[in-house]
Amino acid sequence: MSEEVKSEAPGGGGAAAAAKPPAPAPAASAPKGAVVTAGAAPKAAPPSAVPKRPGPTLPKAVQPKAPSGPQPLNINRRTFFSSLGVAWVAFSGAMGAAITAATRFMFPNVLFEPPMSFKGGFPSDYPMGVDERWKEKFGVWIVREEEAIYALSTTCTHLGCTPNWLAAENKFKCPCHGSGFYPSGINFEGPAPRPLERFKIALSDDGQILVDKNAKYQQEKGQWNDPSSFLRFTG
Amino acid sequence: MAESPQTPTSEVKKTDLLTYVRESQIWKSIFRHGPPTNDRNRALAVITNVFLHLHPVRVRKSGLRLKYTWCMGGITFFLFIVETITGVLLMFYYRPTVEYAYADIWDLREQVPLGIMREIHRWGAHAMVISVWLHMFRVFMTGSYKPPREFNWNVGVILLVLTLLLSFTGYLLPWDQLAMWAITVGSNMARATPLLGHEGPGASLLALGDVQLVHVGSDARFALLAGRFVGAGALLRFYVLHCIAIPLVVATLIAIHFWRVRKDGGISGPL
Repeated sequence: MSEEVKSEAPGGGGAAAAAKPPAPAPAASAPKGAVVTAGAAPKAAPPSAVPKRPGPTLPKAVQPKAPSGPQPLNINRRTFFSSLGVAWVAFSGAMGAAITAATRFMFPNVLFEPPMSFKGGFPSDYPMGVDERWKEKFGVWIVREEEAIYALSTTCTHLGCTPNWLAAENKFKCPCHGSGFYPSGINFEGPAPRPLERFKIALSDDGQILVDKNAKYQQEKGQWNDPSSFLRFTG
Repeated sequence: MAESPQTPTSEVKKTDLLTYVRESQIWKSIFRHGPPTNDRNRALAVITNVFLHLHPVRVRKSGLRLKYTWCMGGITFFLFIVETITGVLLMFYYRPTVEYAYADIWDLREQVPLGIMREIHRWGAHAMVISVWLHMFRVFMTGSYKPPREFNWNVGVILLVLTLLLSFTGYLLPWDQLAMWAITVGSNMARATPLLGHEGPGASLLALGDVQLVHVGSDARFALLAGRFVGAGALLRFYVLHCIAIPLVVATLIAIHFWRVRKDGGISGPL
């Protein structure tokens, strides 16, 4: 009995319900797992009869084939389970797509952050030494030496805090864990493992300094010799 | 406990009221069993209650021995409830934006009635982290992680991580210097995530030709902070994680954790 009911289940509630009430119809000799049609019998059966009748006493095929009934459902055990496989694939695909979409949702297309490159005025605007005017907005110190100007990152190479420029002691000092850096960016005290990074610096067409934070230069990799890591300026 | 109609006369009034309430249809519609005066009704009281049924119907005497369990799991759950209630109350005043966050915390302390509310939330959070560790320590030292409880041990480990993540996400919300830099330092660890962090091992392998798929604007840290540094997006994201996303997962896992305590043989006792 359970077999018929199971195989009917995906076909539609109507057919499954029709299979349950053991209509007092003559036992038809339909083969096992055969098509069961929904007839008018369930209406005739008293509703209270449904839970009372135990399953095992039911005939194998519950309903006689009604010639004028609804279209028979061609679902047997095998087709049901193979359609279940398709359903699982579809479900997995849908879940995968949903998770992918949700993940993509977490990556916004527009950031309301300062741009990665900026124009920083004319080289002659900068006195000798460390200049902090772009620290707050862009996270860059402009350092002018005798023959060159370079853009130093304000991110400590230890754990990413922002060091303070201590002019009296002529050094950068990180408040988080005490790393110290010379104006050149070289680390000399505290836990910082390597010097501060420098950014790409160039002159734009109008003669202003152009800093591009997308390109960074690390001293320990020998990149500070790269001509785009500093700006030659003696004026 | 139920007073039967045979109680002494001094109790008559109370008994009558209790009987009246117990016999009312409202009471009977909620509690569909008799007073818990016999084993059957006591069991039904647990089985028919959605909250109690997570708990075993019967608890061994040893399960109540404080010297053995320390009640650390119970204390952790109590603290989670304290955090939930105080947290919901704080949400009525706190706005997770760069303009208002710090001022609202100050406001909660100085102006809102019961300025201690935020302190309760904060100290409760510290206590919960401690009690979770002590609970884990007890379970480990008593060998209660062994079969058949190994699945529940794993649920507990996930709950431990989620408790720490709740602490971490809550840390940013005051939006002071300590919060900013603590989260800056903490989230920088995500840079080194294998494959998913732009400074992590294997990240450079994920590339299409010259185009790096995992870079500073697309890695795990970026997803956490909604930006390249700790800013407005990070504050909002941590707020949602702290108040909605993680508590939902934690509450679900707590239910599973309790239910599995029951299903895996009850609270472990001395052998």
